[in-house]
Amino acid sequence: MTEELQPVETMTSVAAFWRGMIAAGRSVFVYVLFGTFIGYGALAHDLGFSVLWSLVSTALIWAGPAQVIVVSALGSGSTLVQAAIAVALSGIRLMPMVVALLPVVKTAQTRPWHLLASAHFIAVSMWVESFRLIPQIPRERRLAFCNGLGFGLMVPALAATALGYALAAKLPPVLASAVLFITPIAFLCSTARNSRVLVDKLALVFGLVLAPVFAYAEFDLDLLLAGVTAGTLAYGCHRVREAMR
Amino acid sequence: MNLTVSDLNPYLVLILVGFLPNEIWRWLGVFFARRIDEESEVMVWVRAVATAILAGVIAQLVLTPPGALASLPLWIRLAAIATGFAVFLAVRRSVFLGVLCGEAALVGLSLAFGS
Repeated sequence: MTEELQPVETMTSVAAFWRGMIAAGRSVFVYVLFGTFIGYGALAHDLGFSVLWSLVSTALIWAGPAQVIVVSALGSGSTLVQAAIAVALSGIRLMPMVVALLPVVKTAQTRPWHLLASAHFIAVSMWVESFRLIPQIPRERRLAFCNGLGFGLMVPALAATALGYALAAKLPPVLASAVLFITPIAFLCSTARNSRVLVDKLALVFGLVLAPVFAYAEFDLDLLLAGVTAGTLAYGCHRVREAMR
Repeated sequence: MNLTVSDLNPYLVLILVGFLPNEIWRWLGVFFARRIDEESEVMVWVRAVATAILAGVIAQLVLTPPGALASLPLWIRLAAIATGFAVFLAVRRSVFLGVLCGEAALVGLSLAFGS
């Protein structure tokens, strides 16, 4: 409760926003995001999207997995409905993050639409850093701090999107391939690292195996069907294991 | 039902397919700010399906990649991702080292055996 007693006048909203931006610049996530979004920019280039579209997609979607799913699905000719459902399934994980963070940042005076704007910045990296840093910030300034943090992470991600796009367009083929290869290798490793329990690990393996099989069989909605089948199979294994305990 | 990206304005597609299906969960988080049990059965299943969809996209990007990556032989792409992932697993589950070694394998093999 001590931070509640700290006088609010010691930090203006602008100062808190600025402090959030500086925290973003010092965060290890800024490097991770930079690398990831170079790969995303290159991917968007080679799948035929414009550079402006790629930048707008980073600003509007602001969730790496969803963005990769959107450009891959649309670029390979998936239907819009399949792509939208795949994005929606990947986005559900954002809801508990928002639910957990907002009570820590809002005050009785906070307007709902302010929260909507702030919630837009919430993604895995920003969420982790918020919880680590927010105890140092007086409650009345936490929203501004989080906005600064989110903004400070998004701007480098936008720069990286443009850089990756340009690299894919300008580099000789072998190096352009390397930039393009960032997305699969980085997402494979980070998804594996985020998969701490058996059900997530199984879902990763089953998805890797089933998606090519479903694509080869030329099912309609192959990406979605493979994901739901592989995920449900993994969940089933988890239930069987729980039941045998 | 069978609309694809070429049928509509690309920015409209971005809003409908990329922005709204993702942002809706942030909005729902603001308005229905009830604690969600992340270990509830539904959330475990959702996380598994979302992980599997992302895994499927990863497989697709390696097996049938877009653009420049498609010019490299399949075995090089597979060898590179296997190398990167093996290093990731072996060395403290470091994503950075996994990516670095996967990239090194891709470029090295391409220069040695590529066209």
